[in-house]
Amino acid sequence: MYVVVNYTRRLQTLAFNLGPSRYQGVTRASITSQDRKSKQNLSCFRWTHLITLVHQYSTRISNSKPCQVPVDLVDKLERLALVDFRNQEGLACLEKAIRFADQLHVVDTDGVDPMDSVLEERALYLREDAVAEGDCAEELLQLSKNTVEEYFVAPPGNIPLPKREERAAMFKHAEF
Amino acid sequence: MAGSSAGMTALLCNMNKQIAIFYPTITYQRHNWCVIRRICMFVSRCQSQAQTKPKSAPQELVGVVGLEIHAQIHSNTKLFSGSRVGFQAPPNSLVSFFDASLPGTLPVLNRRCVEAAVMTGLALNCTINRKSLFDRKHYFYADLPAGYQITQQRLPIAVDGTLTYSHLGGRKRNEVVTKSVRIKQIQLEQDSGKSLHNDYRNQTLIDLNRAGVGLMELVMEPDMSCGEEAAAAVREMQLILQALGTCQGNMAEGQLRVDANVSIHRPGDHWGIRTEVKNINSARNLARAIDYEIQRQMFVLESGGTVQNETRSFDGKTGHTIPMRDKEGLQDYRFMPEPNLPPLMVYEACSTAPPGVAPSQVVVLEEVRERLPELPSVRRQRLVETYGILPEHSFTLVNEDGLMDYFEAVVRETKAGPRKVIGWVMNELQGLLHQQNLSVSQSPISPQALAQILNLQENGQISSSIAKQVFQELWKTPGKTAQQIVKEQDLGMVNDSTEIYRICQKVVDSHPDQVQAIRSGNKKVLNKLMGLVQKETKGRADPVLVRAILEQKTS
Repeated sequence: MYVVVNYTRRLQTLAFNLGPSRYQGVTRASITSQDRKSKQNLSCFRWTHLITLVHQYSTRISNSKPCQVPVDLVDKLERLALVDFRNQEGLACLEKAIRFADQLHVVDTDGVDPMDSVLEERALYLREDAVAEGDCAEELLQLSKNTVEEYFVAPPGNIPLPKREERAAMFKHAEF
Repeated sequence: MAGSSAGMTALLCNMNKQIAIFYPTITYQRHNWCVIRRICMFVSRCQSQAQTKPKSAPQELVGVVGLEIHAQIHSNTKLFSGSRVGFQAPPNSLVSFFDASLPGTLPVLNRRCVEAAVMTGLALNCTINRKSLFDRKHYFYADLPAGYQITQQRLPIAVDGTLTYSHLGGRKRNEVVTKSVRIKQIQLEQDSGKSLHNDYRNQTLIDLNRAGVGLMELVMEPDMSCGEEAAAAVREMQLILQALGTCQGNMAEGQLRVDANVSIHRPGDHWGIRTEVKNINSARNLARAIDYEIQRQMFVLESGGTVQNETRSFDGKTGHTIPMRDKEGLQDYRFMPEPNLPPLMVYEACSTAPPGVAPSQVVVLEEVRERLPELPSVRRQRLVETYGILPEHSFTLVNEDGLMDYFEAVVRETKAGPRKVIGWVMNELQGLLHQQNLSVSQSPISPQALAQILNLQENGQISSSIAKQVFQELWKTPGKTAQQIVKEQDLGMVNDSTEIYRICQKVVDSHPDQVQAIRSGNKKVLNKLMGLVQKETKGRADPVLVRAILEQKTS
């Protein structure tokens, strides 16, 4: 059972990072809605993939577990990553996920370089500077619903995410 | 710049108008004076910095300027895809599937871009990192289809370089003042697409032709203190990149984009809050934008406010910087390593490259170093040594596009010495070019034509003042040759000594008072007599001969 997500923008889910480096792994995935009428049953397994800034902040703010995620930080994360935590259960799951990931700190990584990707040992292929692609404007424009004279159309600037209170009001009458 | 008095008064008037517009409640008169005083101090401080340490009290606010330059790499294809790089092509025609970030596409690095970055790093005395890494920088904007930009944030390809630049300073703006600014890093990154805003229909039109083009981001340390220095540094960077061939450096076409980070502080204190100024499309506008921003920040501080950390856009028409609403607040880019690209390795010599790898797959520093062409600073030195001209002249020659070639062509074809030629090129040619706002390539007088005029002068067929007259004539009617003009207007040198003798005698006889003055010791009056003789002969007499005769007559 999957969570209903009805944004049209692309979502990013955040994955583990290994080692003491401070990055968040990001893989692109779009969560589509499957079963609108299902009861909300957030799988903690999914949320364990959400290691974000929260991890950094939590270790900085308080070394003791369990960590409390401040509301401002949640707001900021939602704005940056366009992920909706939606309600208290979601946040609780997030905090459990962080605690789960904290177990990594038990491993002693002194003197070990962080790994960037599994491709590290490969040689980077260098391409010759010759034109091989392009010239497919029609094909690309067909992918977009809204085009004007061979340009893609977008709304002006970034549409700001509505504030927390407004969002709560918006979803008050939704099923969840 | 604002060195000439005409420029200064224009700047002052502009500033006063701006202050009046911004703060209408403040009495115009009082701030008039304050602003004038501030600008005078500010501009003169910039100029005097080269000469001596300012003896002003340590409470003066100074500007701190750091630049971020994005230079579009001059290559056939884009950084990570095989689509063509071009300017002003039909919209979305130079876009591959990767540039449109369709799912399933992967980046493939362009070798030419790596070589360009390495060459630029070597030219700027940077340390080239043998291993550099690619990262993703995330932010949402319609012209960035992937939602992230592939850049090099952790470990860029080159770090710790210096850019040595010079500008004409000093009181008469003819001394070459040399400064240097540290380059923090050079990194490879992708360009974003172009967005055209249609406010009428409330939409933005996206053209992805530019998306994915390779850029070199050159980050400089904030070592500069005013707009003039920044403009000179950017000009020098343009010349270097053009000489290397890694970037065409045309700011108007967007091949070289500069953002300025401006703050002010008192020397010795912490740096103040900085603002970022964007949308600058020429070196001259860069100087204007930075000077305006420093002024504005000084005004804010001295009226008791605080400078906010924001991004501002420069408006070329008014000369103001305006806050950009879309970029409020500190952006968090959530950097992460690019998972699809292994580290980029650069090798010192062919021997250190891994064995068994094709030469097209390795970038070797030795080879790139060998291919480095002559840099502008070396070229200036060479001109001074070869032709014996002054450093400030060679600075101008290299600075203006095509002027050096023009100069060398004239020197080749004429008997006159390089110093004479440089005088003609600097004064006569440059004077008329600036007056009519033309570039060297648009000059109606070719190097050969100028060489002919100089040859006539050398041969003694015309005098120096006539030569200038012929030059002006030739400018207006480029079809004729110098010889033709001299013949038509009968401007040939009057060599008949009896004729000159007669004219001199006439002048001496008709001005006995002046002759008396000369005989009693005032030698300057001789010039007046010479002027009269020249007027009689319509400037065709040999000035040396005339002077000799007059001196003899009045002794």
